Amino acid sequence: MHGLISRSLENFIRRTYGQELWSAVMEELDCGFDSFEPMFSYADSLTHQVIDLTAARLEKPREILLEDFGTFLVTDPSSERVRRLLRFGGVDYEDFLHSLDDLPGRARLAVAHLDLPELELTEFGGGDFALSIRSDQAGFGHVLLGALRALADDYGALALLEHLGGTQQEETISIRLLDIEFQKARDFELAMGAAE
Amino acid sequence: MNMITGVSIDHDALDQMMPMHVLVDSQGVICHIGSTLCKILGGTDQTGRSFFRVFELRRPSVVDSIEDVCAHGNDKVYLRLRDGHKMQMIGTAACMPGQKLVLVNLSFGISVIEAVQRYGLAGSDFAPTDLTVEMLYLVEAQSAAMEASVKLSEKLHGEKTEAQAEASSDTLTGLNNRRALDLVLHRYISRRAPFTLMHLDLDFFKAVNDTLGHAAGDLVLQRVAQILIEETRDDDTVARVGGDEFVLLFPGLVDPKGVMPISHRMISRLEEPVPYRDTECRISASIGLVSSTQYDDPGADQMLNDADVALYTSKDRGRACATFYTPDMAGGEGHAAGHTHVILSEERAVQG
Repeated sequence: MHGLISRSLENFIRRTYGQELWSAVMEELDCGFDSFEPMFSYADSLTHQVIDLTAARLEKPREILLEDFGTFLVTDPSSERVRRLLRFGGVDYEDFLHSLDDLPGRARLAVAHLDLPELELTEFGGGDFALSIRSDQAGFGHVLLGALRALADDYGALALLEHLGGTQQEETISIRLLDIEFQKARDFELAMGAAE
Repeated sequence: MNMITGVSIDHDALDQMMPMHVLVDSQGVICHIGSTLCKILGGTDQTGRSFFRVFELRRPSVVDSIEDVCAHGNDKVYLRLRDGHKMQMIGTAACMPGQKLVLVNLSFGISVIEAVQRYGLAGSDFAPTDLTVEMLYLVEAQSAAMEASVKLSEKLHGEKTEAQAEASSDTLTGLNNRRALDLVLHRYISRRAPFTLMHLDLDFFKAVNDTLGHAAGDLVLQRVAQILIEETRDDDTVARVGGDEFVLLFPGLVDPKGVMPISHRMISRLEEPVPYRDTECRISASIGLVSSTQYDDPGADQMLNDADVALYTSKDRGRACATFYTPDMAGGEGHAAGHTHVILSEERAVQG
């Protein structure tokens, strides 16, 4: 797994649950280092173990932890970069949803070898969508659920999202877009540093 | 299939497809302006104003008539906005068939990032087919990736420097180790820099270690290191090369008249008792010196050997003194000198 993903997860755990919990998890994992390097690559199992150990210590279901991680990616000031890069996807939430099919391609353009799951949005009309997530890594769907809910808020849209479960290889999220301009969207300046 | 000689398009569609266009009549007056261009120009309606009051035409520099524009065909047009920033723009112009109108479609070219920032443009300000937003995404993503790379390089460089410092210092005293000494010594020799080499050996240190234990010995060594640092200049090199053996390099200092007083001061300070628990540790030191100017072609091993010979002359003279090497010592190599020679060589063999 790309270090960028492992490191983002690390930042989430450190900032949300504290340095102490992180150190305890890494000590238990005993992998010879205590921090992920964003430009390196790591065994997939390592990141999954971090998730399992953290969830166990917090006595939280793994799915909820992953969903919180997705929310963190969009809402925490420390990962503003991720929010910005996601917001480039569309001018409003619906436009953004349609850009999800391109997300893995966009990610690879930004960082070579950053492999995100394959996404496919199906539109049923009347604001109903289904997003299928295909990956050899289980759990991406829950991270996406958290991120997509937070992005609906970010765009000022009102949407109901639900994880419909799935198999090890494919997960599905249902999206019901109720109001695309429900509230004021969070600021998004196209050019970096434009607000300064 | 019918041959179509021209198409007409309504303003809304034109706005959507080209939000940065201007329609100009034969008098050079603006008839219509696209929504994004309107936003850039402060949001006020520019209709009725002269095109040339709003834009400064850079190339072609002179346009007299609509016929002129049509003659230029689809050439690239270079403009500047007549706003405070003199924003550069590029565009294409075309005559509208059957109408005395010129359509000019504009873009920011390479200054697009600056423009987006300056005028606060959003994704919705660009035509859906315009790749500006994708380009901004790439620029931002790339700079993020670059930032991460730079951070990693800095971190690795810091770790490398730290590892180098650790690899070249003695952990107990913090002084340079044999390896660091060899580097400096070879640097001085290859640059033919004049310097004096001092070989200092502690006297009675073994007794301290044997009677009071290693903790006392370590304390004494740390105190010795402190004194040697205090009695030398910043650019002198102080290295611990063995249990109680030290080698010091004094760049630019080759006159015995300058070096001997330093040696004597070091010995007398090293003889000051070091309090340990309810007793005190007493040691002294013997010193052998040699200067690079004593050789036609100085070599590191030769100088270390000769300083060693001088050191054992000091020991033979009753310890606690300093001796400068002279060539006549070499011939009379006693068993003591020979003994340390072996030790130094063994150490070098182990460390090298």
